Amino acid sequence: MDQDSAYTREQIREFDIVGKSVPRVEGYDKVTGRAEFTDDIDLHGMTYAKVYCSPVAHGIIKKIDAGKAENYPGVLAVMTGKDCPKPYSVNNLLPTETALAVEKVVYFGEGIVAVAAINEQIASEALELVDVDIEELEPIVTAQEAENSPDNLIHDFAKNNTNHTAEQHFGDVDDALAKADVVVEETFYTSSVNGGFIEPQSVVADYDPGKDKITVYNCNQLPHMLQHTISKTIDMPVDDIRVIIPNVGGGFGGKSEATPSVLTACFLSRKIGRPVKLTYGRDESLYQNKGRHACHLSLKLGFNKDGTIQALDLSVLLDGGAHSGWGFVVLWFIAALTHLPYKVRNIRYDGRRVYTNKPTPGAQRSFGGVQARTAVESCFDMAAEKLGINPYELRMINAVETGYKCPSVVEVRHAEFKKCLESVAERSDFVNKWGKLPRGRGIGMAAGHYSSGGAFLLYNSSRAHSTANIRVDTEAGATVFCGVTDIGQGSTTVMSQIACEVFGIPMRKVNFICQDTLLSPMDNGTMDSRATYGAGHAVKNAALDARQKIFAVAAAHLGVRAEQLQCKEERISSIYDDNRFIGFWEAVSLHQDVKGTIFGTGDYTPPQPRGDYDGKIIGPSPAFGFTAQIAEVDVNLRTGQVKVLKYYEATDCGKAVNPASVEGQVEGGVAMGLGQALIEEIVVDRKGRVLNPNLHDYKIPTTMDMPEMDTVIVDGYDPTSAYGGKEVGEAPTGPVCAAIMNAVYDAVGVRLTELPITPEKVFRAMRGQHSRGLELETTTIGFANAKIRSV
Amino acid sequence: MKQVVQLNINDSPYEVMVAPNETLADVVRRKLGMTGTKLGCEQGDCGACTILIDGRSHLSCITLAVASEGKEIVTIEGLEKDGKLDPIQQAILEKQGVQCGICTPGVIMSAKGLLNENPEPSHAEIVVGMSGNLCRCTGYEKIFDAVEAVAAGEYDDEKTSQAGAE
Repeated sequence: MDQDSAYTREQIREFDIVGKSVPRVEGYDKVTGRAEFTDDIDLHGMTYAKVYCSPVAHGIIKKIDAGKAENYPGVLAVMTGKDCPKPYSVNNLLPTETALAVEKVVYFGEGIVAVAAINEQIASEALELVDVDIEELEPIVTAQEAENSPDNLIHDFAKNNTNHTAEQHFGDVDDALAKADVVVEETFYTSSVNGGFIEPQSVVADYDPGKDKITVYNCNQLPHMLQHTISKTIDMPVDDIRVIIPNVGGGFGGKSEATPSVLTACFLSRKIGRPVKLTYGRDESLYQNKGRHACHLSLKLGFNKDGTIQALDLSVLLDGGAHSGWGFVVLWFIAALTHLPYKVRNIRYDGRRVYTNKPTPGAQRSFGGVQARTAVESCFDMAAEKLGINPYELRMINAVETGYKCPSVVEVRHAEFKKCLESVAERSDFVNKWGKLPRGRGIGMAAGHYSSGGAFLLYNSSRAHSTANIRVDTEAGATVFCGVTDIGQGSTTVMSQIACEVFGIPMRKVNFICQDTLLSPMDNGTMDSRATYGAGHAVKNAALDARQKIFAVAAAHLGVRAEQLQCKEERISSIYDDNRFIGFWEAVSLHQDVKGTIFGTGDYTPPQPRGDYDGKIIGPSPAFGFTAQIAEVDVNLRTGQVKVLKYYEATDCGKAVNPASVEGQVEGGVAMGLGQALIEEIVVDRKGRVLNPNLHDYKIPTTMDMPEMDTVIVDGYDPTSAYGGKEVGEAPTGPVCAAIMNAVYDAVGVRLTELPITPEKVFRAMRGQHSRGLELETTTIGFANAKIRSV
Repeated sequence: MKQVVQLNINDSPYEVMVAPNETLADVVRRKLGMTGTKLGCEQGDCGACTILIDGRSHLSCITLAVASEGKEIVTIEGLEKDGKLDPIQQAILEKQGVQCGICTPGVIMSAKGLLNENPEPSHAEIVVGMSGNLCRCTGYEKIFDAVEAVAAGEYDDEKTSQAGAE
């Protein structure tokens, strides 16, 4: 039976709390300083750990002498890699990471020795007494070097330093390109950037010797996956590990896997039987990275004269850094993201990910999207010029619509993508401005999409992806237990809104208990833009389950069939006669009198379409969010400096459950893309040393870098979603680099193909000097606009 | 040599034993338990540790505790009075200038410092005045909205806040 068949207001999509810009439920705590983040935690008997970081990127550890540190007054324990040598990785795919380096160091800043002491100062002083002897090996610092150094292997099992490969072919690309009227071809380089969350990773591990259990407080996006990583690495049963996620000071994907510090702190805490806190400095946070993969792309697109796209042929080489991380998924995701948002039927992909002696990239907002969009959207503009079709028209000709089926098994069940394109084009007057602005001024368009949670997830995909339990009683109101993690995107607020909507009660009557593996049921966590759609379904289903039980009591009391009841403003009434009603809490109380406290449960797993091709588990999603964007830029003709003057964006996130939060996601997402486009890059020298491990030289956008923003949420409602909403967290970041690159082309007639677009690169390009390959011979430093010779 | 310093924080006197190299941020967070002041970089780059000293915004992670004696220090904990939010706190909350919240105390203290010096800043002055605070979540738009609303007097009556709800 459709539990919701009588929910008539929902059928006409008229809601009380869904669709309202309710302030963040935890907002009061955040504006008053009450909100507790991991590093704010203070436990009885707390001790503090510090880590000795490798000064070289590649080498054999010959000797570690930590005797003096061990005997230093106030030091409680010293640990080296051999104490906790079990390797781990995301979902155990090619596990090579360890709590501390074992025998070999593979990236600059890798932990070698850890010390726990009664305070941080003593821990730091003790580290000074540690003597480590490392025999340096030749570091591999570019992806090309990695492939061409058969005798210099970072991990012995990885021939030619290859981590993963991926190949896909749909249709017949060679044939389609041969028949195409216009073919464009270009190579691109997207740089390595960092999540840049303002809260460096922090952990408190609290081993309880009495129970032989451990509680771990950590700013992490995936508490249930973290539990498994800890279990495997420190040899404790999963159910003896409780993970609690305090407030998370930004994640953006970078906090979706275990940092070595978590395992180090767990090991030390178990060793000394006291809580251990380990908070990274900004430098360590950048050494651990887990940001966006640097990527070399080579793309060919074929079009017919009428502008219809015929073929897409892409090969990529990902610089994977020292470990696997989320690399396997990023590699396949780039492939999957080329199937949309345009109707292309012949698609070929050839991807490789290699190991280098650099900080390991992982997941970062618009995971795989920045790389794919930068290449595809740039080539779209190149094709538009050759075809003599306006770039906006070319995108409209090829844009997907509701019901589109990709050549893979991916299906778009809802899309308002064309509305997005129309909205930005109209607001910016794109058609009239493009190609007609004075030299130095330009306008550029790009577009994209993102999935609302994978149909298959790397981890625990066979179980329900989200589960929620709800308890309703007069003692605590409605209390939702759900594993979804709020990393600042607002999931706690959105989930509470969904529960309130089902019950027809105000926000203050809902408690949301999440981010604790003891209290919250299993959830796949905050990744892949899945929270609103996936966990939102689970919360709604749980609330409907509880409501049905309340309705049964109310129905008997009112003499109205349960199917004809509705909840609004804390009243349960007949949909036909509003005067036949009972107070919501009165009905709850009646239920408690007769049957006790009300419990509801619900879960959600997306439809899982079965394909028969390599990489089939990556790409399918129950819903896709879409975005269209336009940048207006000014290029300084003397210096090459690019200034973004105005930024237009239109989002299709279905129904915006909380419009102000959606706008916040879009504005923040665009800001992150803008940083990568113009100023951000992790700079590594020939020795593999990170040259900008701080927020002074690793620049993220400030207020001064932001253009005026004009964003619109286009009207939409995805009927497959809990309340019509779908993802918005990632799509907006993807096309930003391309929109700016296309605008620079419009302004000065040079096509930049390497990120970030520093003044130097623009300057050289304007003078006809080839800038490509700079990152191979030398290191470009975006922040200083200067070039540093290789060491 | 450690020494005892008298600090006036949020209108209360505190006597603390500090080392000469100890920062004000470390003292308020670790010794006094006021963890509302955040640390994002500890090098004066991100602004999360911003506090007010004699009404002006300062980076507490690069301010020495020993140099703060005899000054009027206000941390994020000192803005709310008797459960009533300061207008800028209320505005940041209502305009959704807060997402993850780690930069928020610093953003609020910087805005407070800016408004102390210039109660009616123009948009351009707000952009410059807030440029020392990194926020990775918001893209700054909603922070601008909040500061502008306070400057425009939208929060003059200092409405009391009832948690975040409704």
